Order: sequence, then structure tokens, then C-alpha cells
Amino acid sequence: MGKKLLIHNDHVPNIHTLDVYRAHGGYASVEKALKTMTPEQVTEEVKKSGLRGRGGAGFPTGLKWSFLAKPEGVPRYLVCNADESEPGTFKDRYLMERHPHALIEGMITASYALGARNSYIYIRGEYFYVHRILEKAIKEAYAAGWLGENILGTNYSLDLHMQIGAGAYICGEETALLESLEGKRGNPRIKPPFPAIAGLWGCPTVVNNVETIAAVVPIVNNGGEEYAKIGVGKSTGTKLISASGHINKPGVYELELGLPVEEFIFSEEYCGGIRNGKKLKAVVAGGSSVPILPAELILKTAKGEPRLMTYESLGDGGFITGTMLGSGGFIVMDEDTSIVKNLYTFTRFYHHESCGQCSPCREGTGWMEKILQKFINGTANESDVDLLWDIQSKIEGKTICPLGEAAAWPVAAAIRHFKQEFIDIAKKKKFDDVSHYSRLNKNVVA
Amino acid sequence: MKVTIDGIEIDVPKGTTILQAARMIGPKVAPPAMCYYTKLKTSGGYCRTCIVKVTKGSTANPTPMPKPVASCRTEVMDGMEVQNFTSPDLLEARKGVVEFLLINHPLDCPVCDQAGECHLQDLGYNNGSVKTRYEFKRREFDMIDIGKYIKLHMTRCIMCFRCVKVADQITNNRVHGVMHRGDAAEISTYIENVIENDFSGNVIDVCPVGALTDKTFRFKQRVWFTKPVEAHRKCDKCSGKVRLWFKGEDVLRVTARKDQWGEAEDFICNDCRFEHKRKSDWVIEGPSPISHHSVISQNQYEHLNEKEVEILKHQKALGFMNYDKRP
Ligand SMILES: Cc1cc2nc3c(=O)[nH]c(=O)nc-3n(C[C@H](O)[C@H](O)[C@H](O)COP(=O)(O)O)c2cc1C
Ligand code: SF4
Ligand code: SF4
Ligand code: FES
Repeated sequence: MGKKLLIHNDHVPNIHTLDVYRAHGGYASVEKALKTMTPEQVTEEVKKSGLRGRGGAGFPTGLKWSFLAKPEGVPRYLVCNADESEPGTFKDRYLMERHPHALIEGMITASYALGARNSYIYIRGEYFYVHRILEKAIKEAYAAGWLGENILGTNYSLDLHMQIGAGAYICGEETALLESLEGKRGNPRIKPPFPAIAGLWGCPTVVNNVETIAAVVPIVNNGGEEYAKIGVGKSTGTKLISASGHINKPGVYELELGLPVEEFIFSEEYCGGIRNGKKLKAVVAGGSSVPILPAELILKTAKGEPRLMTYESLGDGGFITGTMLGSGGFIVMDEDTSIVKNLYTFTRFYHHESCGQCSPCREGTGWMEKILQKFINGTANESDVDLLWDIQSKIEGKTICPLGEAAAWPVAAAIRHFKQEFIDIAKKKKFDDVSHYSRLNKNVVA
Repeated sequence: MKVTIDGIEIDVPKGTTILQAARMIGPKVAPPAMCYYTKLKTSGGYCRTCIVKVTKGSTANPTPMPKPVASCRTEVMDGMEVQNFTSPDLLEARKGVVEFLLINHPLDCPVCDQAGECHLQDLGYNNGSVKTRYEFKRREFDMIDIGKYIKLHMTRCIMCFRCVKVADQITNNRVHGVMHRGDAAEISTYIENVIENDFSGNVIDVCPVGALTDKTFRFKQRVWFTKPVEAHRKCDKCSGKVRLWFKGEDVLRVTARKDQWGEAEDFICNDCRFEHKRKSDWVIEGPSPISHHSVISQNQYEHLNEKEVEILKHQKALGFMNYDKRP
């Protein structure tokens, strides 16, 4: 059994209530930080822990915090990114739904470290029921004095606000999130300036993922060094993985970074192997935007080493033979899965979610979807594969925000590793969907 | 600060963008810009046509930038080195951007009032392909009247957001904005609400394409058959400095004066633009300086300013005559 730090109390009934949470050691990090540590010391522990952002990019959290500008007399903000909308990712929901106080505790401790007097949780529109759970928990925390004026009798005060989004994926991009939080259209901002200098209402702001903020709790409780002992190299600590697809046991797992991918997919403790005795075909390891890898490359790197659940190991081989840990949305596909159809679904998503500010993403995502639709209709030509490749290359790196890349990478990776599937459809002029899904529901085919 | 663009060095003040620095050097290095507009705050960064390659970040930190950057929104650093027309990869990337701008454009130039002074035509001509690779139905919208003077033909829009910035920054009572998302986004007045503002007409001048046109001029004449003249009048709302577009003795259109980069020198009021269409309303200053590359200069070579003609004559005498620059 690997060590668990975030959802270790999963089995405890009513852990979502303040009393039970507190009885199991909850809010200890707030006591420790506010009573015995300076904000700088908290930041120092986070630095030592090696914690990296769990929202997708994996940026070192301590470093991000230390970039926060601290001009005299200007408020600073901590904003929690709970917009979780990347297809395949549902770990933040799990954490907030079952352990709302873990997030609130993390928010208090992190806000103290950053010197924020007001902090925000921006939550995805479709998570309205999670919003209610959190709202209730926040009320409890206020009533018990964990939030509000002079927390624990210290001179630190914090108000925690929640804002519910309207269901746009783009509002997960941190600057679009800030725009939306300010009540504007959720368009990503042109950077620089970065939020650490000019974020919410033009003030210095840190935006962190739900899981990142929750991880601050064990880091402060046990010390950064203790946290850093878990994991491999620069991938320290534990990570929530939301596993979905053709596996026996889909769900959210907390694992120590460094677990072999093979063990994660096939062991009884985690995914429990491929469903219906089928063979593994491919995995999208970190949410829909990271490159898909075929079975042989997800289990072993190109050098033949076992692939591990770490930022480095999954990234080994760059995009030619590797992928990314991303947000931890682990999508497993069996031998009957059509990569082309999966790509069509992803691409349709990005087309739908593009904010429309910059030309390559606004126009390119729709164009790619239309071409992929031709494959699904069985009317595509072989030359369409090259055209798709060219379009994705012309989107990548030319956009305002990374949604452009998020749309381009899956297309590039599907063609890189599964080109033959595209060619076969183009040659046969027919798309045979043999997936389990389509057998269940014939008229779902686009 | 010293910056080198396509091998040409220039000294610029701190805070200058790469695009501004390139424009200071001149057209031979200046990237095309479809959404940036000097007079509009927060404009630029959207269309991505002005991208350049930064091969050296600065003297202090020489690492190249990993991706092409929007030159209109990137400030120069001391010792920065930039490639624009000298980088084949960059030109290929820009060609991609131009293609994206064109795939959903109706290409109805033959019936578009903007033809001849359209920045998308110039951009396509200079950076695009001859053939389209897009085989699907193009996006279409219904036309909208923005008050009695302005027509919005959204189908032609390239989403540069300049008009939105004008509405935001020049006019009060903003009703003009963006609705919907992605490639379904559209410039809107929130259901045909009239922009009753003295300066609303400026959206026509900032629009790089034929999406916003002057209803008092629509379908009257191809621009290259009209003759631009600088003129002014006393106006208590704006500077009164305009450009009149004549056909014979008739003023067909009044616009702002545009500079070398196609940007308005002064925004003008609706009174001057729409309500003063008699020659006698104006004090004529003389012919407008129109680039001799422009189709508008057709049959109007006499408007080349004297110095330019002198240079060209001199070059001709030396045998340097460039074919397309012949007076
Ligand atoms: C299109 C797009 C969507 C994103 N969605 C999310 C999201 O739902 N949740 C999240 O935490 N980060 C998301 N991110 C990443 C954020 O921009 C940001 O990097 C992250 O919230 C930083 O937190 P971290 O450092 O704790 O990971 C998204 C980024 C992009 C480009
Ligand atoms: S890349 Fe896409 S989502 Fe991001 S700013 Fe550009 S159009 Fe909007
Ligand atoms: S209508 Fe014209 S000015 Fe407005 S966004 Fe479209 S192209 Fe730009
Ligand atoms: S002019 Fe720079 S991005 Fe449009």
C-alpha cells in the first residue's frame, strides 16, 4: 500500500463534516502555521517539499509563491482553480465532494503564507452540487472561527469566497479564470503581465489547483522534507489520478509518485487490469490534451525502462515517444477502441471550447474537427492525414493561451502513433466502429 | 535599448514593442498587423499575423524565445535579436495564420466596398497561398444595421476586436460587444441597438476588412475610381481634419486620414463623416499621400510627393529602376 496524504480518511463516515474532520487531525496545519510559523517559513516548507502544481503544468509551487509581488498597501489574492473540465479529469471533484475541509484548511494555510486577506475558490459550473457541499463546509468553518476575523485569536483574518463558473473549459486557464471572476467574459489575458504581478483586479495573485492547495496541509503538518522523501527525484509526494476507460476499477486513486505505470493499470490495488479480458491498446495519461501513447510506449520508455508515474518518466522521450503527467486524467483504451473516433471526440471538444480570441485556435480547431468528421463518415482521403498534421503544426505555439496546444497535441500524437488507422479508413472509404460503446448504442456514431 | 530586426539595428526607448521598433526601421522589416491599433489601448495580440521569431532574448539573457511572439505585444529588451522576413520558418508560420484568417472569409471582394483598401487582401496577397485547402461551407451571419449609418457584415469579420475597443474607449454607452464563443463568436450590438454616439463612425475606419462599412457610401463606387483629398473644417467635436473621396466634383465619402500603416491619424466625429458631403463644406488642402503600391493610386501618379518622384528619377538615371516602382 502506498502512502496516502490527501484522501487517507476516505473510509471515515462523515469526514465531510467539521467535527469528524477535526477529530481526525483536521485544521492542525492552520494551528501550526498561524501560531508557530511566519508566512515565509510556510513558503519555505512548500519549497522544500518540491511540490509541483497539480493543475496540469507541474510548475513548482514554492517558486510560484515566491514570485508573488508584495507592494506595500496593495491586496494580494489566492485563487483556487476548481474549474476542473479537462476530459478524463475528475480528481478535484472527488476531493471537494468527500473532503471539503481539506481544501478549506489548505486555503487558510496557503493564504496565510501569501498574506492574502481575501481568497477565492472558482468552481466549475457543472459542479453546482459540489459547490453546495463546500458552501456548507465554509459555513461550518466560519462558525467555528477557522475563517473570519482574528483566526485562533491571532491577528490573521481571512475571508473565503466562492464563485461558480458558467461551464466553460477555458475558464480553467488561469487568466481567463481571473477575468471570469471579475465578472467579465472568460477570455485568457495576453501575458505578460503574469498574475503574480497583476492578477485579480490588477493585484498580485497566485492561482493554484485544488489538489495543490490540499497538499499544503500534509506539507505543513509533517514538514517539507518529510513530503519530499515520497516520490522519485523532482516528482515528490502523492498524486491523485482519475482513472477511466476500459479498466476493471475506474475511480480516483492516490498514489506515491514513482509507481510503475504497469502496476497502476494491472494491479488489484489500482485499476485492476483491462475489462473483459481485452488487451491494452493505448493510454492518454494526463487528461485529454496530453499525447496518447500506444501500449508498448506507456508501459516502457523507448529505452526499454519501465515507465513510472512521475513527471519525468512520463515525459521521457519528449513528444516523440513520451507524454505528460498533466492533470492526472488517466484514460485507458482497449484493443477495440478507435483512435480516430476518440480523436474526433477530443477535437470536437476543443473546437467547442475555444474562446475565439486568436485566429489559429478559433479557425483551426473547427477545421480539424470537420476533417475528422470526414473520417467518421468514411469520406476522407489519404491526403487529409497530411493536412491534419499541417494544421495542428500551425496552431501549436502560435496562440495566446495553451488551449491551442491542447487541441494540437492530441492530433499530432494520434497521427504519430496510429497513422495506419487513418490511412485504412481513407483507403476503405468506410469507418468500422468496433468499440464496445458503439455496440451498446448503435445510433451514437456521429 | 538596442534591438536588431532582420539584421538592422535600431536604438529605441524602453517600453517600445518589437512592432513599433520594426515600424521605426521601416516597411522592409515591419510585420503585418491586423488587430493592433496604436490609438486603441489593449489592442493587439489576437490575430497573430505580426508574429516574429526572437532568436536572442537580450544581452543579459540571450536565450531565444521558444515560440514565435506577437510583436505588437512584446516589448524589446536591450540586445534583443529578432527575425521577421529573414526566417523561412516564421514566414511559413505566418502563412498558416493567414490561411486561418481566410478559411471562413467569404472572399466576396468583387462586391465588397473595402476591396482596394482591405488589409486582408494585402495580407493574403503578400503572405497567402493561391489556392485554398478548405473544402467546407464557410461561416455565415446575417447582416446587421448599426444605426442609420453603419452596416455590419459579420461574415467578413476577422475578429480583430478593434471596433469593440473603439466602442469601449471612444464612445460612451457601450452596446457593441462580443457574443458567443470560438468560431461562433460574433461582433454584436446586442440585437441591433443603435450606437447613438458622436464617434461611432470610427469603427468603420478601424475595421481592416469590409465587415463594417459606411451606409452612405455602400455600393456607390469602387474606391480606386475615387480620388482622395485632404481637407478640414471647423468642428467643435473633433479636429475636423479628414480625407474626402471625390468622384468628379462629388464627395462620395468622408474618412479619417490614414497614416503609412493604415491607421487613423485623428478619430473624426459622425457630423463630419456623415453630414458634410458637399465640397463647399470643406477647405481643401490638396491630394492625399497614397502609397504608390496601392491600387488607389492607379491613374493618380501625380500625387506621389515630389521628393519621392525625384528619388525615383534619380534611381532611374542610375539604372536601378525597380519595375513595380516605376512612376
Ligand atoms: C485551457 C486550459 C484549461 C485549464 N483548466 C484547468 C483546470 O480546470 N484546473 C486547474 O487546476 N488548472 C487548469 N489549467 C491550468 C491553469 O492555467 C493553471 O496552470 C493552474 O491552475 C495552476 O495551478 P497549479 O500550479 O497548482 O497547477 C488549465 C489550463 C488551460 C490552458
Ligand atoms: S488559444 Fe484558443 S482558447 Fe486560448 S486565447 Fe486563443 S482562441 Fe482563446
Ligand atoms: S467588425 Fe471589423 S473591426 Fe470589428 S472585429 Fe470584425 S474585422 Fe475587426
Ligand atoms: S497585430 Fe499583433 S497579434 Fe494582431
